[in-house]
Amino acid sequence: MSAAPPPVLEVRGVTKAYGDREVLRGIDLEVGEHRAVALIGASGSGKSTLLRCIDLLETIDDGDVFLDGQVITDPSCAAVGVRRRLGLVFQAFNLFPHLTVLQNVVLAPMRSHGVGRAEAEAAARELLARFGLQGREGDYPDRLSGGQQQRVAIVRALATHPRALLLDEVTSALDPELVGEVLALVRGLKEQGMTMVIATHEMAFAREVADEVCFLHEGRVLERGDPGRIFSAPERPETQQFLRRVLEAGRL
Amino acid sequence: MPKIPRSILAVALTAIAAVSLAACGDDDDAASSTSQTTATACQKADLALVTPGTLTVATDSPAFPPYVIDDDPTSGKGFESAVAYAVAEELGFTAEEVKWIRVPFNSTFAPGPKKFDFDLNQVSINAERQAGADFSSPYYTTPQGVLVAGDSEFADATTVTELKDAQIGVQVGTTSLDAVNAVIAPGKQVRVFNDSNDVVRALKNGQVDAIVTDLPTTLYLRDAVVEGSTLVGQFEAPGGDDWGAVLEKDSALTACVSGAIDSLRDSGELAAITEEWIGAEAPVLALE
Amino acid sequence: MAAVSSVVVLGGLALLIVSSPGWEDVQRTFFSWEVFRDSFPDVLRGFWLDVKLFLVVEAVVLVLALGVALVRSSRAPALFPMRLLATVFTDVMRGVPVILVVYLIGFGVPALGIAPDWLVEDPIILGGIGLALCYTAYVAEVYRAGLDSVHPSQRAAALAVGLSETQAMRHVIVPQAVRRVVPPLLNDFISLQKDVALVAILGPQEAFRVAQISAASDFNFTPFLAAAMLYLAVTVPLARIVDRQQAKARRRQGHVVPA
Ligand SMILES: Nc1ncnc2c1ncn2[C@@H]1O[C@H](COP(=O)(O)OP(=O)(O)OP(=O)(O)O)[C@@H](O)[C@H]1O
Ligand SMILES: [Mg+2]
Repeated sequence: MSAAPPPVLEVRGVTKAYGDREVLRGIDLEVGEHRAVALIGASGSGKSTLLRCIDLLETIDDGDVFLDGQVITDPSCAAVGVRRRLGLVFQAFNLFPHLTVLQNVVLAPMRSHGVGRAEAEAAARELLARFGLQGREGDYPDRLSGGQQQRVAIVRALATHPRALLLDEVTSALDPELVGEVLALVRGLKEQGMTMVIATHEMAFAREVADEVCFLHEGRVLERGDPGRIFSAPERPETQQFLRRVLEAGRL
Repeated sequence: MPKIPRSILAVALTAIAAVSLAACGDDDDAASSTSQTTATACQKADLALVTPGTLTVATDSPAFPPYVIDDDPTSGKGFESAVAYAVAEELGFTAEEVKWIRVPFNSTFAPGPKKFDFDLNQVSINAERQAGADFSSPYYTTPQGVLVAGDSEFADATTVTELKDAQIGVQVGTTSLDAVNAVIAPGKQVRVFNDSNDVVRALKNGQVDAIVTDLPTTLYLRDAVVEGSTLVGQFEAPGGDDWGAVLEKDSALTACVSGAIDSLRDSGELAAITEEWIGAEAPVLALE
Repeated sequence: MAAVSSVVVLGGLALLIVSSPGWEDVQRTFFSWEVFRDSFPDVLRGFWLDVKLFLVVEAVVLVLALGVALVRSSRAPALFPMRLLATVFTDVMRGVPVILVVYLIGFGVPALGIAPDWLVEDPIILGGIGLALCYTAYVAEVYRAGLDSVHPSQRAAALAVGLSETQAMRHVIVPQAVRRVVPPLLNDFISLQKDVALVAILGPQEAFRVAQISAASDFNFTPFLAAAMLYLAVTVPLARIVDRQQAKARRRQGHVVPA
């Protein structure tokens, strides 16, 4: 028991309020090595906020977040160091428009990990090629389709070899025909054993890729469990209502 | 449309002609003929004077050194006072027959009848003023004066060469810039300022080593504006202002006063007076 | 068609001016070839001084203004006094005429009696400082507008990949901000290039002063025309170059498609 390694990410009793508005009301979450946890929930339930808190882009009011067993939400903990060990991809506006694809990818390895240019570029080219982006290294982001842009954003997050990847609705701003290529990439990452937290509205995808699904409702994790069970037999009425609404919207 | 400029041109040409006529007094021929005029038409008894038998001379109130010493023109001390008595003597008046009155600078050349026979008040001859009053041939042409701070390394200069390394300042639109470049030919480009306030400011601040203005201004700046400054000296340069005695427009006396001044110049007496009263204040810088 | 209409309009204007009754006088006093030819070398020498001063002041301003803008845009509570100082600085410098600042620095600093000799004796440096102060304030505001225009998610994205705040500014936000403000920056460049002539009040014989001296000696204003042509010779190509670069940048990155 004591020999078991700590989970890669652990969130314990995290609360967060913007002024009077309580957005997170005591979140607990555990993500073991090589596991993918899907966060689902209505708009405004706090998914993005949770991911931003884990990546220390927001300060939390209470609770703790641990990365590989170390608390990272302590004020004495350097946020930059933590962010270097995590990858976070937003739903939109991820890429730096003034830099080429290659420059986008090598920026962090070179500037914050001290990797030499030649080495960083070689690694970046290899990664881009692996995810079907060869030949686009010299293009500026606006020359890419939305799906390609999100793939580059994910590649960029991978370039620093993060312990875990936090994906915040990476397909929700895409035209439907572009969603598939991005999801395929995430699927590939899962197969390679990447530890991930995936906030998503793509229920079929969550069901297929995630090892665990967490249903967030008004800042709380109301229900969690095996994807098959959550989607086929949700226990909580809120979960049932949410899934029914998603079904009506034609997304399941 | 060219009508207006042409009429202005006409006035200007007339003025230039007048000035060059006055300048003819320098010619030997003209000088001798003027002397003759003095001899014949300028007999003391025949002169049309404000007060018969008395030569009424005007100057400003107060009058300043070195033109009038101690604001007392009757003393004969001071450049213009001395010139006045010399002219009087040329015309045959004794010192006792000279009477002084005071007239403000701007009224001297304003058109209209005058209460004086002539006025000496550092009035520069120009066309505009000649439209309202007569001017004698010039008794003084302003040279340039060099002013430095009292503790300046250039305070003891006696030659223009010694000023070559000085940073010199002048006012824009004056003849000083050309004068400095032609006579001193300084090594450092002359600084050119908008107005005399700025020139003075620059000297006081130590931003320039020396300022060059026409000598009367230099004297004024030294005495009233830049405390503790030293007037290094003066040098002649083309383009100086000509000062003339002011008389009533078309006065019969004008030719006589001009004649007197011309003969004082020819005899060297005018130069001696100038040296005595102005040269003492501002030694002439040697051109070497 | 555009060419034809331009020719007609410009030709008509030219004809109107040349046939006006005052044209002969104007031509003589403003467009005298002899005067132009005689005064041009001196004016050009003066202009070279303007160009050098412009280049140095511009370089200084571009750096200082960015500093001021970054301070004003910073959020760190520890920087509050600096932020206040930067705000007061920009407010004051933008509110005071450039000529006044040049005058106050140019004559006021030497009058204090604490400035070193090399500074007191160099009106170019003093004037340059005055110009730099004013234009730092103008350009800082331009930069600040540029910094504000970069979407906050760019900062978040930069932090998320592991950059520090400083690195995010330097590599992500500032480059984008600067690109966006190139046209307003150019406007300030051009007005600085013209305002450089204000240092003339401190004594140096730059182009405008040289033209003024020359014009004062013979009441012919052609030297001013020579100076004006030199200013145009710099500002017009500058405007064209930046136009072209802007077009290139638009072609290259244009608007950013949301992912
Ligand atoms: N900076 C902020 N200031 C104030 N309120 C905020 C801020 N950011 C988020 N919120 C609020 O917090 C709540 C949770 O937002 P969050 O973005 O985490 O929801 P979400 O689950 O990601 O929703 P969606 O599915 O639409 O992305 C919302 O009510 C939102 O209005
Ligand atoms: Mg969200």
